[in-house]
Amino acid sequence: MKFRAGQRVRVAVRPHEGHHRTPGYLKGKPGNIELVHGSFTNPETRAYGADGLPLQPVYLVGFQQREVWPDYRGDPGDRIYVDVFEHWLEEAE
Amino acid sequence: MNDHDHDHDHPHAPITNGSEPPAAARVRALEELLVERGVVSRDDVRRRIDWLVSRSPADGARLVARAWVDPEFKQRLLADARASALELGLDPGPSPVVVAVENTQAVHHLVVCTLCSCYPRALLGPPPDWYKSLPYRSRAVSDPRGVLTEFGVELDADVELRVLDSTADMRYLVIPRRPAGSEGMSEEDLAALVTRDAMIGVAQPGS
Repeated sequence: MKFRAGQRVRVAVRPHEGHHRTPGYLKGKPGNIELVHGSFTNPETRAYGADGLPLQPVYLVGFQQREVWPDYRGDPGDRIYVDVFEHWLEEAE
Repeated sequence: MNDHDHDHDHPHAPITNGSEPPAAARVRALEELLVERGVVSRDDVRRRIDWLVSRSPADGARLVARAWVDPEFKQRLLADARASALELGLDPGPSPVVVAVENTQAVHHLVVCTLCSCYPRALLGPPPDWYKSLPYRSRAVSDPRGVLTEFGVELDADVELRVLDSTADMRYLVIPRRPAGSEGMSEEDLAALVTRDAMIGVAQPGS
C-alpha cells in the first residue's frame, strides 16, 4: 500500500482511452485517504477480457464538496467519498 | 411437417412491443453473439435475471431492523456487512464488498453511482429507474442537498452530508435513523418501516 489513512492525496489528471473507474469530476481534486478497502482486480484490463492482475489497492478517499465544486452551496462540512484505485492517486502536500 | 419445425435455438424476429430503444436492441444483439460463441448460455442469462428480480429491499430492511434493536449486531454490520447478512441467513450476493454506513443526528449518507448503476442488488433488489438516470447521478454529487429536498428530506444545516459515489467493488447500504416513537416496536414491525429509498439515503424511514 502506497498510502495510509489520513494522508493528503490528489487524483491524477491524465487522459485515459477506454474503460476506467475514476470519475472525471474528481480529476485534479485534492482529498484525504479515509481508509484502505483492500486490493481488487483492475477494471481497466478486466473490461477487455484480461484477468485484471496484479490486484490494485483501492482507497476510500474523502473530498470536501467545496474543493470539488467551487460554488457548492451546502454546508462547508459536506463531503463526498469515492473509491479510487491506487494508480490514480498522487501524493499531495 | 412445415419448415419451421425446430426447437427455437436460433435467432429470429424479436418479440417486442415495437418501440424498443436502441440500447435494448444492442443488448439483444450482444446476447445473441455471446450465446453463439458459447460464452454464456440462455439458461445462464435467465438464471441471473431470475436471481436479480427475486431479491428485495426486505432483506436489507431485516439487517437495519436487527441493527436498531441489537447494538452489538450493528457494530458487526458496520464492520462487515457481508458477514452480518450471512449471520441472518441472507444472501449477500457474489463478489462485491458490501459496506454499511450509519445515519445519525450529526451525519447523513446518500449513495450514488455516477459512472453507472452500482447498487447492493443482493440485499436491495434491482435499483429504481431514477437511481440509474443521468440527472440523479450528476446532481447527487454536485447538489445533494437540492436532490434531498426534492425527495422530501430536509436536513438541518449543521448535519454533515456525506455522499458516497460507488466507483469500485464496494456497494453501500445506509442504516437510516430509527424513527422517534418506535421504541416499543417488534423487530419485524421495525423492518416494515425501512424502505428501499431510506437505505439509499433519499428518505427517512416512516414511523
